[in-house]
Amino acid sequence: MTNESAPNIPATPGEYLLKVTNLSAWYGAARILFDLNFEVRRGEVVAMMGRNGAGKSTTFLSVMGILERYRGSVNFLGQDITREPSYRIAQMGLGFVPEDRRIFTELTVLENLDIGRQPPRGWPDGTAISPWTPEDLFDLFPNLAERRHMPAGRMSGGEQQMLTVARTLMGNPYLVLLDEPSEGVAPVIIEQMVSLIHTLKAAGVSILLSEQNLHFARQVSDRIYMIEKGAIVYSGTMEELLADSETSNKYLSLGAL
Amino acid sequence: MTLLTVQNVGKSFGGVRANHDISFALKSGELLALIGPNGAGKSTLFNIINGQTNADTGSVRFEGTELSGLQPRQIWRLGVGRTFQVAFPFGSMTAIENVQVALMSRDRKIFNFWRWGRNYCRDEALGLLQRVALTDQAEKPCNYMAYGDVKRLELAVALANKPRLLLMDEPTAGMAPQERNELMALTKRLVLEDGLSVLFTEHSMDVVFAYSDRIVVLARGELIAEGSPAEVRANAKVQEVYFGTGNTFETEGQAS
Amino acid sequence: MGFSGLIVQILNGFAEASSLFMIAAGLSIIFGVTRIVNFAHGSFFMIGAYVAYTVVERFGDPMWFWPGIIIAAVASALVGLMVELTLLRRIYRAPELTQLLATYAVMLIVQDLVLYLWGPVPLLGPRAPGLEGAVNILGRQFPTYSLFLIVAGPLTLAALWALVTRTRWGRLVRAATQDREMVSALGINQAWLFTSIFVLGAFVAGMGGALQIPREPASLEMDVHAITSAFVVVVVGGLGSLPGAFIAAILVAQVKAVCLWIGILEIGPFAISLSKFTIVVEFVVMAVVLIFRPYGLMGTRPALLRHTRNLTSSMLIAPLRARGWILAAIILVAFAIVPQLRGSFPYMPILMLEIIIMVMFATSLQLLMGPGGMHSFGHAAYFGLGAYAAAAIVGYWNLPLELALVVGVGGAVVGAIVLGWFSVRLSGVYLAMLTLAFAQIVWAVFYQFEGLAGGENGITGVWPEGLFGGRDAFYYLAVGCLIVSLAFLYRTLFSPFGYALRAARDSAIRAESIGMDVSRLQWQSFLLAASVAGIAGALYALSKGSVSPEILSASRSIEGLVMVVLGGEYAIGGGMLGAVVFVWLRDTIGYNAEYWRAVLGVITIFLLLVLPQGLASLLRFTESLKRAKE
Repeated sequence: MTNESAPNIPATPGEYLLKVTNLSAWYGAARILFDLNFEVRRGEVVAMMGRNGAGKSTTFLSVMGILERYRGSVNFLGQDITREPSYRIAQMGLGFVPEDRRIFTELTVLENLDIGRQPPRGWPDGTAISPWTPEDLFDLFPNLAERRHMPAGRMSGGEQQMLTVARTLMGNPYLVLLDEPSEGVAPVIIEQMVSLIHTLKAAGVSILLSEQNLHFARQVSDRIYMIEKGAIVYSGTMEELLADSETSNKYLSLGAL
Repeated sequence: MTLLTVQNVGKSFGGVRANHDISFALKSGELLALIGPNGAGKSTLFNIINGQTNADTGSVRFEGTELSGLQPRQIWRLGVGRTFQVAFPFGSMTAIENVQVALMSRDRKIFNFWRWGRNYCRDEALGLLQRVALTDQAEKPCNYMAYGDVKRLELAVALANKPRLLLMDEPTAGMAPQERNELMALTKRLVLEDGLSVLFTEHSMDVVFAYSDRIVVLARGELIAEGSPAEVRANAKVQEVYFGTGNTFETEGQAS
Repeated sequence: MGFSGLIVQILNGFAEASSLFMIAAGLSIIFGVTRIVNFAHGSFFMIGAYVAYTVVERFGDPMWFWPGIIIAAVASALVGLMVELTLLRRIYRAPELTQLLATYAVMLIVQDLVLYLWGPVPLLGPRAPGLEGAVNILGRQFPTYSLFLIVAGPLTLAALWALVTRTRWGRLVRAATQDREMVSALGINQAWLFTSIFVLGAFVAGMGGALQIPREPASLEMDVHAITSAFVVVVVGGLGSLPGAFIAAILVAQVKAVCLWIGILEIGPFAISLSKFTIVVEFVVMAVVLIFRPYGLMGTRPALLRHTRNLTSSMLIAPLRARGWILAAIILVAFAIVPQLRGSFPYMPILMLEIIIMVMFATSLQLLMGPGGMHSFGHAAYFGLGAYAAAAIVGYWNLPLELALVVGVGGAVVGAIVLGWFSVRLSGVYLAMLTLAFAQIVWAVFYQFEGLAGGENGITGVWPEGLFGGRDAFYYLAVGCLIVSLAFLYRTLFSPFGYALRAARDSAIRAESIGMDVSRLQWQSFLLAASVAGIAGALYALSKGSVSPEILSASRSIEGLVMVVLGGEYAIGGGMLGAVVFVWLRDTIGYNAEYWRAVLGVITIFLLLVLPQGLASLLRFTESLKRAKE
């Protein structure tokens, strides 16, 4: 049941959307990341898995240029974005959905979407990408449609989670960094999130998500990186990981000490 | 002997229940871990115990003294030390000065305007630094110390007034793997030497299972399990909400 | 005055509230998004008034008044644009004290620029064409133009409100007020958003200034008056809240209006002139509001920005070593021999006496700022209380000078006991505003009430006699006071109290967790700082032979801040170095340059950008190199 519903956009090996080399990061004096290397190809959904505090969110913040202190190189669409300010990175088509949602609580749902709006874009090879409109997104998230004029702060946690995703999609990104989409939301929302990711993949959006929940990740992702204490300790396709229960137990549950 | 008793503690923030009817006890000489998913109410409970937050209901007693309503500084005087999740020492001072300030406070000498602070209980401060193996960095400004060393400095500061209970908020957060074990091994040794007790929150399960005597598990503001590491590990409910990666979800997923 | 009088006063209050709101609105929006408290905002108001005047003057036709308003607003906006692009962009991430002082420096520069362009004489503008007359309200004449202003305020609020709620730009502004990092991560270039906000704020302020000229002349003081009132309004309303600013403007203006209406209030045998109370009233309103609602009527606790506290190596301090003591000894000898040089440099002892007094003032403020981490914008209050107390002892009662010094200290400490107790309950920008407000209240009390210490004229004829009455003897007395004060502050810095104070600054929560009572510590440090400032003030009064309310003014307080920042907030001797350089500069350039304030402003900005850790960091350069290598 894992991936059949995902339509077939062939991952073209070698065509990296995002390539991260030797990324290290600090919070103050505390080093959080230790020389991370990973990449995401066009059309892929990649999961970065690991426990709380393993460094997943820090990785995303570093890639987006939000963290103040990091080292290494980040390449997006063939351009070095390591030192770019985060608004430039976002304008280049790298979308970010933060873990703690960070919706604009005083603004209505529609206004939140408007903040994320960016001009339509196409692939470097000329393929056009049909831009997202609020109406498309309301089709995708029916709950939001009913609340379009409601201040976002009054919605439930799950609805806010949907809104952060929708807001980022308004920027028509090539690649979305999706930080802990299943964290703290009801199972029914997680289900919606699974079908959402399939839809996005079908629409040609690539996704890098961070996740602790293997049951969620296995339904949506093609490949995984396992991150532990700020370092990547395992990488492989989802099939390989599922076949290797020792690894999955070791890093994702408390099985081994 | 019971050192700390948490009884029916409850706390809400604007209608959201952060803690509900939590009760447990901590015995003398025990290392008790407080675990649970994000948003389970660990920080709230921690802050209630150390006096940062007032509970809406229930009571927290330390050696028979009611703690609720007391300021953090009063609780500290009773013998409850504390370390922070993000170690934040007094950055404009050297390692030994950080310890000396704690000693001044212990002796109620901070309103002394004439004595030289530099020589204040120097030997005692050095002794404390020695216990955490920082003697060679005594004169180093904290801002220039490695994070693992800062964490140990925090321990030395916390030990300054000879606490009987130490509250540690995610002691190993932000540390490199081998540093984590060193810090916890050190903590364990101090516990044994001084006969003090530790209550700590932690996300790193290897630390929890390697070093705790007992574990209390919170989820959605409620205490859902309590017991030895082995008991907690075997507890179905804990597996469901915390350890087990989304059992609830798996059933839902199959249904769909 | 009867009921009709009250109505007219209240209508006046609404007109006044409109003007207040126009300055406050921009200040509030700018703070909401950029987190900068913009001292230069009053300057935009002033530029608007002057430009509007010039437009009518140039074209000769009063009808140009109306287009002149828009032209003036655009001119202010352009100045705002320049300030934002050249200065503010560089300091968005700087500590808030740097931001406050940098915008204050802009205010100084604009003041002298206006002086250069328009001269010192106040310029009364034309009457507004079409609204020259007055209407009859319950038998009293009320200017039509004021009625127009009453409408203009709410209209401005409505326009700004529409802009903020109905446009994409407004949505971006509101989003950035909440979380500018996230706005940036969604592809919005914050830099231009910040610029546009600043330009809009300057535009509205300029418009407000232009609308003011039919009522009061454009003058060089209007920037300071405007900015102090606007601060009060914005803080009372809640920093960043537009409706809050509007309500606060009405509140402040109406309390004033009612005070004017009541006039003299008689309670038993006492007669209190409430109409004289108006200068103080806005600050009283602010103090009361801040005590009960620390973040203003409609404000919320400010979200902590990630870079709020930068602990830098400059905050490390250690007791002086041989080199430092030698330097101190040389300075002392230099002070001691000055009177002997009177023959060759007759002016020298006078300058040195002023330097000595300012060193004490600046160093005492530095205790609060550096180790205490509290940026008091009202330190002149303690200096002034000391001065007034001493002047009263000698001038009114002819008591000995020694007693005057003691009473000077006492006066300042009593002030600090009260004002400090309230101040330490707040922190950051709010503490800065509250201390400023308290100092203004003290100033207004001395300024307004002639029965108390001579009102506007102050106390004159303060010439001490006796042992230290001679000019050399007095000089050495001052040197003695300096040595005692500095030794006391130095000892305190390295006493357990000094350590505890720094600990509380580095991390208040941490200090509480090891048993310290942080607000008591900080309160106590206010008392210590005030006692030294009080002695300095007493010496000042005795050396000048008089005191006037001017020594309590906000610019005095801010000069103190500039001295400390100039020297180095955290460096030992930073206050001393800053005071020496500042007084010397003011003395040499000030008497030679017509535009001293602009020079001071340029120097301040230069230092903030180039030497953010103060002059003392130059002396410590080699040391920090060594540290960096370690």
